[in-house]
Amino acid sequence: MKPLQSSRIGQYLERNRAKIEEWKLTLKVLLRSPSAVCGLVLVLLFLFMAVFGPYISPSDPYKIDFAKRLRPPSSGNPFGTDEYGRDLLSRVLHGARVSLIVGIVTLAICVPVGVVLGLIAGYFGGVVDEVIMRVTDIFLAFPALVLAMALSVAMGSGLMTVMIALAVVWWPAYVRITRGQVLSVRENLFIEAAKAMGISDFWIIARHILPNVLSPIIVIATMDMGAVILTAAALSFIGLGAQPPTPEWGRLVADGQPYFPECWWYVFFPGIAIFLTVLGFNLLGDGIRDALDPKIRRRLEFKSAEGESQ
Amino acid sequence: MAELKYYIIRRILTFLPTLIGLTLITFVVSMLVPGNPARLWAGGIKASPEVIEAVKKRYHLDEPLYMQYYYYLRNLLRGDLGVSPLTHRPVITDIMSYFPATVELAIFAELLVILMGIPLGIISALKRDSVIDHAVRVFSLIGVSVPVFWLGLMLQWLFYYYLGWLPAGGRGPAPPRIYTKLYVLDSLLCGRWDLFWSNVAHIILPAFTLAYIGVGMVARVTRSSVLDVLSSDFVIFLNVKGLSRLSVLRHVIKNALVPIVTILGLEFGGLLGGAVITETIFFWPGIGRYAVQGINSLDFPAIMGVTVLIGLIYIIVNLAVDLLYAVIDPRVRL
Amino acid sequence: MRGGDEILRIEGLCVYFYTYAGVVRAVEDLNLTIYRGETFALVGETGCGKSVTMRAVLRLVPPPGRIVKGRIIFDGVDLLKLPEKEMRKIRGSKISMVFQDPNTALDPLYTAGYQTTETILAHRKVSKKSAWQRALELFKVVEIPEPKRRLRAYPHELSGGMKQRVVTSIALSLNPKLLIADEPTTALDVTIQAQILELLRDLQRKYGVTLVMITHNMGVVADMADRVAVMYAGSVVEVADVYELFGNPLHPYTKGLLRAIPSLTSRNERLQSIPGTVPNMIRPPPGCKFHPRCEYAMDVCKRERPRMIDMGKGHLVACHLYS
Repeated sequence: MKPLQSSRIGQYLERNRAKIEEWKLTLKVLLRSPSAVCGLVLVLLFLFMAVFGPYISPSDPYKIDFAKRLRPPSSGNPFGTDEYGRDLLSRVLHGARVSLIVGIVTLAICVPVGVVLGLIAGYFGGVVDEVIMRVTDIFLAFPALVLAMALSVAMGSGLMTVMIALAVVWWPAYVRITRGQVLSVRENLFIEAAKAMGISDFWIIARHILPNVLSPIIVIATMDMGAVILTAAALSFIGLGAQPPTPEWGRLVADGQPYFPECWWYVFFPGIAIFLTVLGFNLLGDGIRDALDPKIRRRLEFKSAEGESQ
Repeated sequence: MAELKYYIIRRILTFLPTLIGLTLITFVVSMLVPGNPARLWAGGIKASPEVIEAVKKRYHLDEPLYMQYYYYLRNLLRGDLGVSPLTHRPVITDIMSYFPATVELAIFAELLVILMGIPLGIISALKRDSVIDHAVRVFSLIGVSVPVFWLGLMLQWLFYYYLGWLPAGGRGPAPPRIYTKLYVLDSLLCGRWDLFWSNVAHIILPAFTLAYIGVGMVARVTRSSVLDVLSSDFVIFLNVKGLSRLSVLRHVIKNALVPIVTILGLEFGGLLGGAVITETIFFWPGIGRYAVQGINSLDFPAIMGVTVLIGLIYIIVNLAVDLLYAVIDPRVRL
Repeated sequence: MRGGDEILRIEGLCVYFYTYAGVVRAVEDLNLTIYRGETFALVGETGCGKSVTMRAVLRLVPPPGRIVKGRIIFDGVDLLKLPEKEMRKIRGSKISMVFQDPNTALDPLYTAGYQTTETILAHRKVSKKSAWQRALELFKVVEIPEPKRRLRAYPHELSGGMKQRVVTSIALSLNPKLLIADEPTTALDVTIQAQILELLRDLQRKYGVTLVMITHNMGVVADMADRVAVMYAGSVVEVADVYELFGNPLHPYTKGLLRAIPSLTSRNERLQSIPGTVPNMIRPPPGCKFHPRCEYAMDVCKRERPRMIDMGKGHLVACHLYS
C-alpha cells in the first residue's frame, strides 16, 4: 500500500512540477517583501488567536466579578477589565474566533456564488450575461454597509443574519471581477482550440478558464477577508450581529464607548485588534498581488539572480 | 455636441431600471421583517384582532405580492415611507428634519476627499518612491484597515479631551436665519463669522473621520492613474512640442482624472455608509444616527426609509458621475 | 552643400539604461554628422538604438535611460549643456519629431486644433485667433480634407493616416530646422504609408527642412534618403551616400541587410537572413560587436573595436577588413 501511495504522490508531483515551481517562486517573491511578511505575521497571529485563543486566555471571558469593575491594565489583566469586571484580554482573544468565523462563512458563501455567476456570464455572453450583470448592477447600486444593515435588521439580529447579509451584499463584486477576467482569457487561442476539438463547455470552464482567473480572485478575497471583518465589526458596533455576552470586537468598542475616555483601554484594545487584523489581510493581499504580477516578479527575479551571482 | 446629448438621454434611460431594481430589493427586504408586519405596525402584541385586520386592509397585506409591490412603489412615489411606531410621525417628516445635517456632513467629507486625495496622489506619483510617496501609501493603508468608529473615538480623544481644540460632537449652533439648512453656509449668509467658525469646528472632526478612507483610496487611484498617463506616448509628444512643464502637467492631470471621477462616485457610497457610524460617534443629528436609533428601538419603517433614501442618493450621484465622465472624455460619448 | 554646412553633429554619444537586470548600453560611442537640407536615413534592426539616439538629440530619453556622455552640436550649440528651460524652447520650434504610432501620439481629450495651436502659443507671442488661423493653414499644407471641421475633431474621430497628418502639422507648425521622423509609417496601412512618405518628401522640398528618417525598411531608405547611416548594437557601422551604399556596401552587416530585401527584379534569388541574433546589450561581445555573426570574422575582430575609416567620397565604415 505504502509504496503505491508514495509513487502516486511522486507521479502527481512529476506531472505538476511546473505548477509547483511556480508556487515556490511566488512564495519566494512574497517572502522578499517586508510589508508582505508583516501582513503574513499579523494574519498568522490572528489565526493563532482564533484557533487557540480560548485555550491560552488567562481567565474566563464570561466570568463576572464586580469587585474588579473597570480596572486599568495591570499584570493580572493586561488589557484591563470591563464594567462587569470581566478580563478584557480574554474577551479580545475569544473575539478573534467570532471574527474569523464571520469572515470565512461570508466569503465561503459569496466567493463561489460570485465566481460561478461570473464564469457563466463571461463565458456564454449574450442574454445570460445581460441578465446576470443587470442583477449584479442593482445590488451594486447600494452602499454595502447600508444594505447589510437593513437586511440584518429585517432578519432579526444575530451572528448568522450578519453573515448572510454580508454575503448578499458582497457577491456582486466577485461576479464583476471574474467576468472581466474570463472575457480576457476567452480570447486566448487555447480556448478556441479546445472548442474546435469539441470539448464540453463545462470542461473548458473548469479546466482551462477557472485556473486562469483564480489569481486575482485570491488577491481580492484576501483583502476582502479584512474588509468583511471590518464591516461586521461596524454592524456589531451599531448593535447588530453578535449579541451580548458574546465577545465581538466591534461590540466591545461600542460597550466601552460610554466609559471613554476615562477607561480608554476598554475601547482601545478591541479596536487595535480589529485594526491590526485588517491591516494584516490588506498587506498580505498587496503582497500576493505583487508576487503574482509578472512585471514586479521579473524585477525581483533579476535582483535575486544578481544577488546569487555576486 | 449632439453625441453628448444622446449619451445623456441614453444614460438617463438606464437609470430607470436601476431605480426599479433598487425598490425591488428594498421591497423584498421589508417583506423579511420578523413577525407579523401588521401587528408591528398596529403597535405591538397587545393590538386586538380587529385592529390587526384593519391594518392588514389598510396596508394591503391580504393582496398578492405584485399588488403589494405596486402599492409600495406608489407610496414611495408619493413620499410615503410609513409611520414610525416610535414617534408616531410619518417617517418622511423625520427624515426631512435630519437630512440637511447629513448633506452638510457629506459635502464637507467629499470636499476633503477631493481636495486631499487628488493632490496627495499626484504628488506621490510625481515624486515616486520618495518619502512623501511612502507616507501616502501608509496613510491610505491605514485608511482601509482602521475601523471608522474606533478612529472617530481616537480623534475625539486627541482633539477634544487631550488638546481641547475641537468640540467632542454635535452640530454647531443654528444661525439666526435659515436659508439652505446647511449651518456653515447659512452662518456665512447671515454674516455671522462667530457662528461660522463654531460650525466649522463642529463639522471638521466628523467630516475628517468620514473622509479618511476615501482620501486614502482616491490618493492611491490618482497615483497609479497619473503614473499610467505619464508613461503614455502622447506625453512624450507634448514634451517634443516644447510645452512648459506646467502645460504638460495639465494634460497629464486631465487624463488621469478620467478613472478618478469613477472612483469618486463609488467612494461616495462608502461615505454614505460611513455616515451611519460617524454620526453615531459624534452625535451628529443626521439620518444615519436616526437609523441607528431605529435599530435599537426596532423602528423598522425608519430604517427602511433611510435605506431607500441612501440608495437613491447613491444612484443619482453615480448618474451624475457618468455624465461628468462624458464631459471630460470625448470618447465616452459614442 | 556638403562639408561645411552641418546642422547636427553627434560626438561620442553614450546612452545607458539602468534596469534591474543591469546596465543596458543602448548607444555607445556614437558619431554622426547631418548636413543642412538633406534627407538622412538612420537604419538598423529593432533595438539597435536608432530611436534612442534621436530621442537623445531632443534630450527626451525615457527613464531609466540616461545620456552618459558625448556632445550633440546643433547649429553650433551643444544641446547637452543647455539648461532645461532653453531646451524646451528648441523642442518643437527648431527640432521636431514625428512618431511611429499616430494613434497614441495625440492627447485623446483635446481636439486636433487645440493641440496644434497650443504648440504655436507655447513658442510665439501671438493671439489665439491667429494661432488658429495658422493651424488651419498647416492642416491645408498637410492635405487634410475639410481642414476647418477637422480642427474641431477629437483624435478618436480621425483615421490613422489623418492623425499622422495632424502630428506632422504640429511638428511643422514652427518651421523647424530639423525634423526627425521615427518610423512614421510603420503603424499605418500600406496605401497610407505611401501617402505619408509622399507628404514628407513634398514638405522637405518645399520648406528645405532637414529630415532624419529612422527606419528598418530599406525600401523607404532607397525611396527617400540622400545619405544613410547603418547602426548595429548601439553604434554606427557605415555611413554613405544612398547610391554608394546600395551599389557598394562595405560592412558585412550592411551587405547582410541588403541581401535580406526582397527585390522585384531578381525573383529567383533566395532571401537571406543574417545568421545569429542581436547581441545582449548588457554584456556586449568584446571587440567588434558584430563578430559573432560575421562570416569574415578574424582574430582581431574579437579583441579590438574597429575605428571609423574614410573610404573616400564620404563613405565611412567601421570594420577591420578595411584597415
